[in-house]
Amino acid sequence: MQGFPMVFMRPFIQFCLCSLILFLPLALKAQVPVPALTAQVVDTTGTLNAAQQAELVQKLQAFEAAKGSQIAVLLVQTTKPEEIEQYSLRVAEAWKIGRKKIDDGAILVVALQDRALRIEVGYGLEGALTDITSKRIIEGIIIPQFRQGDVAGGIAAGVDQMMKVIEGEPLPEPAKTPAKSKASAVEEMAPLLFMLAIFLGGGLRKAIGKLPAAMATGGVVFVVAWLFAGTVVIAILAAIAAAVITLFGNTGGMGRLGGLGGGFGGGSGRRGGGFGGGGFGGGGGGFGGGGASGRW
Amino acid sequence: MTRVLSSVFSRAVPVFAMLFALTLSGCGYNTIQTTDEQVKSAWAEVLNQYQRRADLVPNLVNVVKAEANFEQETLTQVVEARSKATSIQATPELINDPEAFNKFQQAQGQLTGALSRLLLITENYPNLKANQGFRDLQAQLEGTENRIAVARNRYIQSVQDYNVTVRSFPNNLTAMAMGYAVKPSFTVENEAAISKPPTVDFGTK
Repeated sequence: MQGFPMVFMRPFIQFCLCSLILFLPLALKAQVPVPALTAQVVDTTGTLNAAQQAELVQKLQAFEAAKGSQIAVLLVQTTKPEEIEQYSLRVAEAWKIGRKKIDDGAILVVALQDRALRIEVGYGLEGALTDITSKRIIEGIIIPQFRQGDVAGGIAAGVDQMMKVIEGEPLPEPAKTPAKSKASAVEEMAPLLFMLAIFLGGGLRKAIGKLPAAMATGGVVFVVAWLFAGTVVIAILAAIAAAVITLFGNTGGMGRLGGLGGGFGGGSGRRGGGFGGGGFGGGGGGFGGGGASGRW
Repeated sequence: MTRVLSSVFSRAVPVFAMLFALTLSGCGYNTIQTTDEQVKSAWAEVLNQYQRRADLVPNLVNVVKAEANFEQETLTQVVEARSKATSIQATPELINDPEAFNKFQQAQGQLTGALSRLLLITENYPNLKANQGFRDLQAQLEGTENRIAVARNRYIQSVQDYNVTVRSFPNNLTAMAMGYAVKPSFTVENEAAISKPPTVDFGTK
């Protein structure tokens, strides 16, 4: 240590030790990240070949189209330091498999190195895929094949059985046209836009007269609605409604204007089911830790 | 003159009403309401899952009892822990009383410990492990314990959100004025003390 005063040495070592102590837990506790949901089957281990994956995906797609429920399969090497239960709940919360409010999703998570697997069951399927049924599928169907080294066969057979069980559960029909509506943003903004129209329109009417005020208010509402909804049609509808309010509204009589408020919701469709065009995504299903795990 | 004044005043009323609404939401009243509701529903789920477990225990005890010469002490502990846990009135108001909350969580923790000891010991009874009824019950119990863990974690999370809201400025003033206090949460420290595993004695003494 020539040329380096020993006086600085001790604080430096202390600093190193401190940062080591501070950051060591972070390094040790690094959780296995949840992979992106690219398809019904996500294999980060390369165990399933393309044909096996395609077959599973096709089966699960057909099942979703017919029944509405979503099932996903995830293969990872390990979930350590977490237990498979904690990891698979994180996966479930990130992926949101299953339809919103119906919560009819299920995920089969396999951790090859840990020799552990779990069926995570959404709230809506807990009546069909009970803990007992899930356990029986794991121990009676999947694990025997896993023990013989047939991972792909075990998963396929397990998924088949899961579908069969869910088949017996009365669930709402799958949506015919699963389209996401951007109008929901306007639906949420409607009361605010309404207030804006009343106050802005009322003020402008006094200042610049009825017709210019109506046009100005309509213009402002159009811009705001366009920003939030992103569709011109809905923005135009909102703008027309705002202009009408300003034109015919009576600044003194708030009650009369209330009846016109309905115009703002016009054109907004149902809340989205959450399916992107062509790809696969969770519909917003909720999970509460139901299901079963097994080790082989 | 009076006409002008009154018309100005009547125009101002909705403005004041809006201002009032804005200040109310600006001082966190709405956030407190939202997080408070979330805490309540998370707590209801915790109670729900504990109840589910309490309902399972008698069946489990009966199945295990049928097994000849099963270790009586462990069974008795489970039965006692259950009756103690269920003797505490599990109400939604429990979260507003830290002392009762602690008692409740201790009792439930004891039941958790007693049950896990029981399941550990059943490993030594091959007959029991081959019994389908027992295995089903075990699956249900495992599932319920997992749900309890999930519900507890979500409760902890919601209480954290709530407490941060209630404690931070300026919401703390609103909370004080409206009587919203900090809520108790499950603590790991507590958990460690109550679910301490039995000490293994290898006969070295």
